[in-house]
Amino acid sequence: MGSITLEHVNKSFGEVEIIPDISLEIEDGEFVVFVGPSGCGKSTLLRLIAGLEDTTSGHIKLDGEDVTGAPPARRGLAMVFQSYALYPHMSVRDNIAFPLKMAKMPQAEIDKKVEYAARTLNLGSYLDRRPRALSGGQRQRVAIGRAIVREPKAFLFDEPLSNLDAALRVNMRLEITELHQQLKTTMIYVTHDQVEAMTMADRIVVLNAGNVEQFGSPLELYKRPANRFVAGFIGSPKMNFVDGPEAEKHNAHSIGVRPEHFALSTTAGAGQWAGTVNVAEQLGSDTFLHVEVEGLGLMTVRTDGEQTFRHGDKVYLTPAANRIYRFDAAGLALQDKPT
Amino acid sequence: MARNASVQTKVGFTVLAWAVALLLFSPILWTIVTAFKTEAEAIATPPTFLPLTFTLDNFGDVQDRSDYIKHAWNSILVSVGSTLLGLVIAIPAAWSMAFAPTKRTKDILMWMLSTKMMPAVGVLIPIYLIFRDLRLLDTVHGLTIIMTLINLPIIIWMLYTYFKEIPVDILEAARMDGAELWNEIVHVLVPMAIPGIASTLLLNVILAWNEAFWTITLTSGRAGTLTAFISSFSSPQGLFLAKLSAASLLAIAPILLLGWFSQKQLVRGLTFGAVK
Repeated sequence: MGSITLEHVNKSFGEVEIIPDISLEIEDGEFVVFVGPSGCGKSTLLRLIAGLEDTTSGHIKLDGEDVTGAPPARRGLAMVFQSYALYPHMSVRDNIAFPLKMAKMPQAEIDKKVEYAARTLNLGSYLDRRPRALSGGQRQRVAIGRAIVREPKAFLFDEPLSNLDAALRVNMRLEITELHQQLKTTMIYVTHDQVEAMTMADRIVVLNAGNVEQFGSPLELYKRPANRFVAGFIGSPKMNFVDGPEAEKHNAHSIGVRPEHFALSTTAGAGQWAGTVNVAEQLGSDTFLHVEVEGLGLMTVRTDGEQTFRHGDKVYLTPAANRIYRFDAAGLALQDKPT
Repeated sequence: MARNASVQTKVGFTVLAWAVALLLFSPILWTIVTAFKTEAEAIATPPTFLPLTFTLDNFGDVQDRSDYIKHAWNSILVSVGSTLLGLVIAIPAAWSMAFAPTKRTKDILMWMLSTKMMPAVGVLIPIYLIFRDLRLLDTVHGLTIIMTLINLPIIIWMLYTYFKEIPVDILEAARMDGAELWNEIVHVLVPMAIPGIASTLLLNVILAWNEAFWTITLTSGRAGTLTAFISSFSSPQGLFLAKLSAASLLAIAPILLLGWFSQKQLVRGLTFGAVK
């Protein structure tokens, strides 16, 4: 079991309030991602759950039991750090065995579990090496191995992939997702990368300045963002926003259109907004056009990779009518009101 | 020095460095050669550099008159004992200052270090009276306690700078892995800080070995260390230069050898944190 409940959690460092008031219910077996820009409090929130920081007020419960004042060693959670945080003076074997030794498990059982973890994570041939003789990806695997052997109530990941190169990051992302499917243990994963959040999570917590902006499934966040912040944060490339008279036509203070929700034409007049291509980023499968739209500013548009565009090309854009997001003056979504 | 220093500049600095080093070492060198001379040759004018008649008699005389072995043993007990005791106190202290600092931590560190700048004689009378009342005068354990106390600020300060270099993530990982404070210190912190702890240990053995003020004032016959031995030897035997040199050589030889073989560790320990 591993349900985690936060009740009105507040954290301040001296005068500075990092997390004003957060309440969350994370269900057993869920993969929850905390995502947000740097300094939004996502790592602090994870460390509060881990017990590495003390809450200023509020309660944290594990399986209904209040652990607010319990030290990390007593919470039964495992954590994977961004820096891997392996013990440099121990072999891979001893690193993975460390939590079991701390739990005073018999040596024979420790050996069995370490062998199993090493097999699961393809670390068998590295067991007698020191961490410094391993590559970044292997180190991260050891860190994950150290976390899984103790069969924790939940895994906490603090930006575990940000020190890896792009290709490895994609591989490890898959491995962690597979691990979750295999173990079915609660996982909380902190990242600033919304692609990681979208691809891995059952549910995503979007944080901004210590507040939960929205908590929901990836598609819910993509389709029905609660406010302008979530709309801009989830989705890649970012949503385009338009204020002023164009937004007023839709009865809103501002409107948002995702780059993938435009119809694009090069025929003069065949579109609602006329613009000039500033930069064309060709990825092969897709092309991202940065278009200077007359009177509205710079817009990002996604199109297929078949057509070639050059700087200065004239294009005509039509936003898909049912995919226009509307926001009020406070930035809250106006989804339910008719256009 | 400029990156592209000319050969002349390099030669110049090398010669200067050797000259300064020899100048500083010359009294010790003179003591060493004199220890092997006869008394007559030791005071001969003009002086001889290398002994004309090489003799070991002085060393025998020193042992006979002042019991070198007993003083050397006391020195070992006090310097090693006070350093080990100091480490036992300083490791948890440095841990809390490095990993759980408060607003006052820096001030406390500075205050501790400032006590080393106070002249020892300023607290001589209270310490002497405390030692007298607790019957610690002229005892090895009394001397060990005072030596621990006077070197504790340096031990804590050195360990603190070492511990600061250890990523706190690793200690937090240990806590997440179920390690209570004791296991965190014993299984993770100490093994990672071994080089730092070794330099601290060496330096403090040397400091305690060389300490003269408290050993001379708080001991007489029984618990005297080599510094007390030399001071007691110099007054009655002051005119016998060769014997005095032999006694001095015997007193400094152990620590000189220790320093020589561990100089790499010592330099690393003293400059730790200064150069990354």
